Amino acid sequence: MISYKGYNAVDLHVNGETREVVIKPSETLLSVLRDKIGLTGPKAGCENGDCGACTVLLEGQPVKSCLVLAVEAIGKKVVTVEGLHDTEVQKAFVEESGFQCGYCTAGFIVNSYALLEENPDADASEKVEWLSSNLCRCTGYEDIEKAVDSAQRIKNNSESR
Amino acid sequence: MNSNVLGHSPRRKESLDKVTGKVMYGNDYNSPRMLHGALKTSPHAFAKIKGIHKEDAEKMPGVKAVLTGQDLKENIGLYLCDKPPIARNVARHYGEVVAVVIADSLAKAREAADAVKVEYEKMDPILSPKEALKAEAAVIHEEMATYSHIKPIHPEPGSNVANRSKIRKGDVKKAFDEAAFVVETNMVIPPGDHVAMEPRVSIVEIKSTGEVHITSSTQAPFVVKNLMCHFFGLHPGKVVVTAPMVGGGFGGKAGIQLEGLAYLMSLKVGGRPVKLVNSREQDLLASPGHIGLESNVKIASDEKGKLLGMDLTYCFNSGAYADYAVNISRAAAISCTGPYNVPNVKCDSMCVYTNMPFATAYRGFGHIEMAFGIERALDELADKLQMDPVELRKLNCIKEGDQTPVQSVMNSSTGDLETCFTRVEEMLGGNLGDVETINEEWVRAKGVSGLWKAPAMPTNTDAGAILTFNGDGSCNLNTGVVEIGQGTKTGVAQIVADTLDIPLEKVHVVMDVDTRTSPSDWATAASRGLFMAGLAAHEACVDAIEQIKEVASAVLRVSKSDLVVKDERVCSVDEPSIGLHLSEVALGYVYPNGNAFYGQIIGRGRYIAKHLTDIDQETGKGHPDLEWTLGAEGVEAEVNLKTGQYKIVKAVCCIDVGKVINPDLALGQIVGGMAMGMGYTTMEGFKLNDRGQVTNGSLRDYKIMRYGDHPEYKVEFLETPQLDGPHGARGLGEQAVIGMPGAIGNALSRAIGKGLYEIPITSERLYKKLMEVSH
Repeated sequence: MISYKGYNAVDLHVNGETREVVIKPSETLLSVLRDKIGLTGPKAGCENGDCGACTVLLEGQPVKSCLVLAVEAIGKKVVTVEGLHDTEVQKAFVEESGFQCGYCTAGFIVNSYALLEENPDADASEKVEWLSSNLCRCTGYEDIEKAVDSAQRIKNNSESR
Repeated sequence: MNSNVLGHSPRRKESLDKVTGKVMYGNDYNSPRMLHGALKTSPHAFAKIKGIHKEDAEKMPGVKAVLTGQDLKENIGLYLCDKPPIARNVARHYGEVVAVVIADSLAKAREAADAVKVEYEKMDPILSPKEALKAEAAVIHEEMATYSHIKPIHPEPGSNVANRSKIRKGDVKKAFDEAAFVVETNMVIPPGDHVAMEPRVSIVEIKSTGEVHITSSTQAPFVVKNLMCHFFGLHPGKVVVTAPMVGGGFGGKAGIQLEGLAYLMSLKVGGRPVKLVNSREQDLLASPGHIGLESNVKIASDEKGKLLGMDLTYCFNSGAYADYAVNISRAAAISCTGPYNVPNVKCDSMCVYTNMPFATAYRGFGHIEMAFGIERALDELADKLQMDPVELRKLNCIKEGDQTPVQSVMNSSTGDLETCFTRVEEMLGGNLGDVETINEEWVRAKGVSGLWKAPAMPTNTDAGAILTFNGDGSCNLNTGVVEIGQGTKTGVAQIVADTLDIPLEKVHVVMDVDTRTSPSDWATAASRGLFMAGLAAHEACVDAIEQIKEVASAVLRVSKSDLVVKDERVCSVDEPSIGLHLSEVALGYVYPNGNAFYGQIIGRGRYIAKHLTDIDQETGKGHPDLEWTLGAEGVEAEVNLKTGQYKIVKAVCCIDVGKVINPDLALGQIVGGMAMGMGYTTMEGFKLNDRGQVTNGSLRDYKIMRYGDHPEYKVEFLETPQLDGPHGARGLGEQAVIGMPGAIGNALSRAIGKGLYEIPITSERLYKKLMEVSH
């Protein structure tokens, strides 16, 4: 078993880069990403796993980074919203107005991206199960639903060509 | 005129930054220089503070200072100066701040806050307005008589009434004496929270010059600036408030929030920058949420359903402090009848202190609470009359020439409410009085509600716009409107692009508001941003066009009156080849020999509300209402009569917004408002135990709507022009929440055949109601 005590200089693999950071075992991945690496895309909405605004990918799986310790990410690939570029999900959120204030958006985009990677043919109930882990207070969810559906359609069409 | 801009839905100006994580909110600004604050809060709803032991906390590593109420002499209050920034001698609600710690990291500050020990002597909390109004009730603010307050509110020292606004129109007694039908309902709505996804944050630094720099998640940077001067004796030129992108406001970030406390913290540590950010739990409980209401609604009608009078008592549950709540009770009085023509009105609208978490502005500003009682009572009246609920409302719709409760006259900009109801009825498929059987357990029922709202704001509410031009002929738009998700910055940019006849891409928007460089703008609240900043921006364009013509007139030797600005050019109206590209005049014209003329084009525009007055203290007569937005909403619900489970399957709205500037943004506001109103009605609100402790004080337990909870939305707009609005537009940001409690309450009451009078209408509440034995 690996144990960490006090301050540790470690490498984190974030968005394709290796970043050396000094962390304590008690620090969450969210706080290290935001405060030590400067990736402020993931947001602290509740720090309790309830809102999903801090969602990032850990080895391709969406996790709430407020519930993951930074030491748990050592040796694993972390992707934040800043690591997604020109994806169908991002384009669709713009086109379908899938956000208003934008605070929940990074979490919704990362989670939707992971959903469509993991299960490109997700049906409506699978999408609800997956995306009900994120809260949005502005949109009433209809435009987010349209954005995810549209990204799924475009992505599947372009891949089947 | 740029015909491709108005009425179209270009993407938001900040879109790409929002989907790439690059957009910066208050808490995204960090620096190693910053110190961090953490709050210690009260576990009791009402308790004397007997002692605070901060020595252990002060000795902890990284801790710079611990502040308690005893250290601070000031009170802060938006309209009634009743709140110490940290509880002094007494804690008046669960979650109230009793101490703050300043340390060199947030983690250390939070640890030290835990180490502060507070001794309390518990008192019996008052947990409803009804209790608070009893003669023998404890007085929550014994010093009320000493609190300063603005003139339009009327506190009653020695009681728990922080404001009483009265409406006396016509002869209500006579109306009820002559009535063929009278209904009476008593409604209860608990306080709750906005749950903006971004918790509140303020960063304050005091420079060596005495300048106070504040970066804050605020809807109201100019209110913050003015109140900081008022409460701390600062000079207006030395207070600089920056409002970056805000992660949702809904009223909760209007007024003054953490700024005052963060300032006092910075002061304590020699002016060093201090960041104070709420945890979610503190955002729910230490900072203000939305108001509660206990209302008594009596309505009198003649035998045909024509409304004769309303007798209304609104006891708003303000919680422990008044904040915006005093003005919410006043705003609800001004529109107390809902959007109906009622010749005789008596209303007492009170803001009542209790020992619950306190309230500030919330989307709808008193109207969502008020409308629940009115609309439920109207449905009961329709049942008594054996009349279709839509027909009853249409018969009584307020129209041009009618008088509002404050006796101001609805002018020719009045929206077409009757058609709104017709459209809502059609969108719901008609037969609104029916209950349709789906199977043995499930039924389907519908409900409707009217809505109206005018901005509740100071009589001198203002806005401004500055347009500076770039060398390529593009311009920079600077207004004081904060981008909180509503999209007003984009809407105002569309007005500019249209007026200047340039592509929208050439209107660059200054996103952050800075009170030193942005023009004054009262607040991004009350659904008046597009209306007022839009008018100011239009005036700035007209001003810029005058300047552009002045330069071109000299250069082209064409009189100004013969020049037009179109297609990014200024040219002779009948000879377009005689002209200049805007890029040639934007920074002044330069002749071939190097001589230059005029300099940068700088357009200026301003707006201030016209002819507004306060309302009379005894009768309510006055003209506080600038423009009214009217509409109607409805829902269709499927209800299980055995278990109380239900689902809202369809929610519809028809609203008269004057002119739709950007259909997508407008739709977003309406649908978002409907969703918020649905959550409010069906699942939200604080739950308290009998000791006044909130038992759902986190997002684990305070439920809001999730992905998949939403029904099918249908929205239609009517466009009866607002004659003094920008291109005929009027406000629409808040309105769609207002009708949802009434519409849902009416649909569910109809479905179960029993009246529902309390929010939230959870399945559990519905089940209990179904199980009640009727007498």
